[in-house]
Amino acid sequence: MSEENQYLLEMRGITKTFPGVKANDNVNMLVEKGEIHALVGENGAGKTTLMKILYGLYDSDAGEIYYEGQKVDMSQPQKAIDLGIGMVHQHFKLVDTLTVTENIILGSEPRRGLTINYNEARNKVKEISENYGLKVDPEAKIQDIPVGMQQRVEIIKILFRGADLLIFDEPTAVLTPQEIDELFEIFNSLKEQGKTIIFITHKLREVKTVSDRITVLRDGKSVDTVVNTEEISEKDMAELMVGREVLLRVDKEKANPGEEILKVEDLHVRDNRGITTVNGISFSVKKGEIFGIAGVEGNGQTELVEALTGLRRAEQGRVYYKGEDITNLDARSIKDKHIGHIPEDRQRRGLVTDFSLSENFILGFQHQKPYSRSLFMNYNLINNHAQDLIKEYDVRTSGYNSLVNKLSGGNQQKVIIAREFDQQPELLIAAQPTRGVDVGSIEFIHKQLIKKRDDGTAILLISAELNEIMSLSDRIGVIFEGRIVAVIEGDRADEREIGSLMTGSEEVEVSE
Amino acid sequence: MGTIRELLAIPLLLTSFRFATPLILAALGGIFNERSGVINIALEGMMLFGAFAAVYGSGLTGNPWIGVLYSMIAGLSFALILALVCVTFKANQIVVATGINIFASGLTIYLLQVLFGVAGTSPRVPRLPAVRFLGITRYNPITFIAVALVPIVWFILFKTPWGLRIRAIGEHPSAADTLGVNVNKYRFICVLISGTLAGLAGAHLSIGEGSAFVREMTQGRGFIALAAMIFGKWHPVGAFGAAMLFGYAEAIAIRVDFAYIPSELIRAIPYFITIIILAGFIGKAIPPKAIGKPYFKGED
Ligand SMILES: Nc1ncnc2c1ncn2[C@@H]1O[C@H](COP(=O)(O)OP(=O)(O)OP(=O)(O)O)[C@@H](O)[C@H]1O
Ligand SMILES: [Mg+2]
Repeated sequence: MSEENQYLLEMRGITKTFPGVKANDNVNMLVEKGEIHALVGENGAGKTTLMKILYGLYDSDAGEIYYEGQKVDMSQPQKAIDLGIGMVHQHFKLVDTLTVTENIILGSEPRRGLTINYNEARNKVKEISENYGLKVDPEAKIQDIPVGMQQRVEIIKILFRGADLLIFDEPTAVLTPQEIDELFEIFNSLKEQGKTIIFITHKLREVKTVSDRITVLRDGKSVDTVVNTEEISEKDMAELMVGREVLLRVDKEKANPGEEILKVEDLHVRDNRGITTVNGISFSVKKGEIFGIAGVEGNGQTELVEALTGLRRAEQGRVYYKGEDITNLDARSIKDKHIGHIPEDRQRRGLVTDFSLSENFILGFQHQKPYSRSLFMNYNLINNHAQDLIKEYDVRTSGYNSLVNKLSGGNQQKVIIAREFDQQPELLIAAQPTRGVDVGSIEFIHKQLIKKRDDGTAILLISAELNEIMSLSDRIGVIFEGRIVAVIEGDRADEREIGSLMTGSEEVEVSE
Repeated sequence: MGTIRELLAIPLLLTSFRFATPLILAALGGIFNERSGVINIALEGMMLFGAFAAVYGSGLTGNPWIGVLYSMIAGLSFALILALVCVTFKANQIVVATGINIFASGLTIYLLQVLFGVAGTSPRVPRLPAVRFLGITRYNPITFIAVALVPIVWFILFKTPWGLRIRAIGEHPSAADTLGVNVNKYRFICVLISGTLAGLAGAHLSIGEGSAFVREMTQGRGFIALAAMIFGKWHPVGAFGAAMLFGYAEAIAIRVDFAYIPSELIRAIPYFITIIILAGFIGKAIPPKAIGKPYFKGED
């Protein structure tokens, strides 16, 4: 090695082929000690694969890894752990039924004789938690704590094993803006204590805010191995990732709203714990407009969407669709009325991940003509249909027969988008439609949403990204503690005003 | 009213321990493999083969304790097949276990013929000694072992690192894998433990409570043990309680004369209870999340 020990981590010539896909093609990545290194690239560019190779979860076909100047063999996670490498995965690796402490110590339990030394475990967890400002409740079960805390548990889990290099795979995708700020504070405190961080994200703003240097992957190759974050604009970054110019702004004409399509009146819905989280919501969405719901996550958005799509019972109130009462109708009947739904949790609600792409493209419509011919499925047609959608929506895959769980996270999202858009819905309920999706695809999805609107679809948009809501919506309803506290015209929306409404610090009469 | 008095009689309650013994053992075994994420409906077959091996070992050496050892090895050997085929080679657990059950039934009948030259019942062999306990009921040592194992299994599962790992693996194997826990190794071992305990349960039936092997002598107890495990919510103490309840039902069926109710109906009570539990009427029984799914490295 020429640059002796200059880098903490060197990955050189990494190549990994899955059946039909070259996920990593001669990738190089160089990480300096003590830096925050952003790894960016389109959906399916091979970011997760590269990190899984580094962590010993996949074996690479070719290439070498050097850690602190030494060539290392990464055939098992245990080897990564021993070297001081830890990873927070895109989909959390936590056991729901165990406590926070148990999840943290699993596999490296402090012992006293034959038993687990829970006292020592708790103390160590507490120490780490205070040291880095990672607030957790050590005795709570994972299934009872919010996503933000689950992520902190993942981080403590890594630090507990003495990690010096921490890998985060899209850590911000599931967090609220507040939680993201907290996470970045944690990043900085980790950096101050000499830790090195690799972090994957699709949000260019985040790359600008926290990272020191960037590696860009495109199509499995590292295009620009390392650039200093300061020297590159968001626009150039996007261009490097996608390989073409990207519009970071949405262009749209003024909406031409028609008659009322969806009308919600005084809706009350309870969550799983029996708490009323939707607490008397009323609003309406008109033909040809996008009605955006802005709000901090956990203010009833999830339950609202579930009640509208027949996945959860409404306790009180009415839902009208084109004048017809559809309150508490079942999910299939609602779907059959041409109401499209892009669910916020793609793996649980949106896809059957061990089915093929073809099958996932018709989920929810499988009983309808032409996909079903009385007794039999028309697989020829279904496969052709899949081929068309893969092309139109640029889903990166080895073919329509491949299983959805083999797709990268963002490409899974595109499958849902393609399916729901293609069915010409009259009402489209889109929850977090661009979660985990790359800049190029966000541009595409936003354009499509506007196009659908212009074709006369009524769109209800729910997003944790205030930016997304503001740039797409014709009217914005701000949700706070299960109520719409204000409805604002899209072109008169002010970020600060909405922001303070979202946190309940400003009371406004509902103007409708 | 005589019947009621009979139902609550101390001797009857104490006798329940004897009937519950094989259920406790097999249910504890089942807890190990299911908590680790492997279904084992071959407990029945392992128990049956264990029962046979106990008689063979005892007859061969004249020492019933060697018979006990044989029974455990027999259960272990069937478990080895299940572990190899289903954990290492990731075949369907239900299909393979069903195969083992059928195989056990055929094999024991065949071996009766070949080794003892009889069709239905083996010759008598030395049985385990019976010990009087509390002055009323006599127990063979396996009953004590079974009862003693309950707190031991509880301790292993909930107090030791291995228990924590087993519980994690059954819920979210890839979480454990990413922390360096060898998922398939733990599953393999859990299946072996399960088979060994099921084999021991067989010895209780053949040389503990009797002194001969009778074809199909387990009579579905392996399945009742599974029911006890579910009823007990995959918890050793819960499973023990359930096994005692089922053992009590069996004791009643044999010892108490009811005027109008046939004893077969009484004997069926455990099954009714299990169905009701599984249908979710009395508290919900939630199995480990990853149960029945083979684990491949690197998956989510
Ligand atoms: N286990 C697998 N089997 C087959 N193909 C796979 C597997 N994992 C990933 N791939 C393929 O490898 C490519 C790279 O996937 P990867 O998950 O690394 O992308 P990514 O950069 O993390 O994308 P995203 O931003 O959408 O998460 C994709 O085309 C994907 O379909
Ligand atoms: Mg990824």
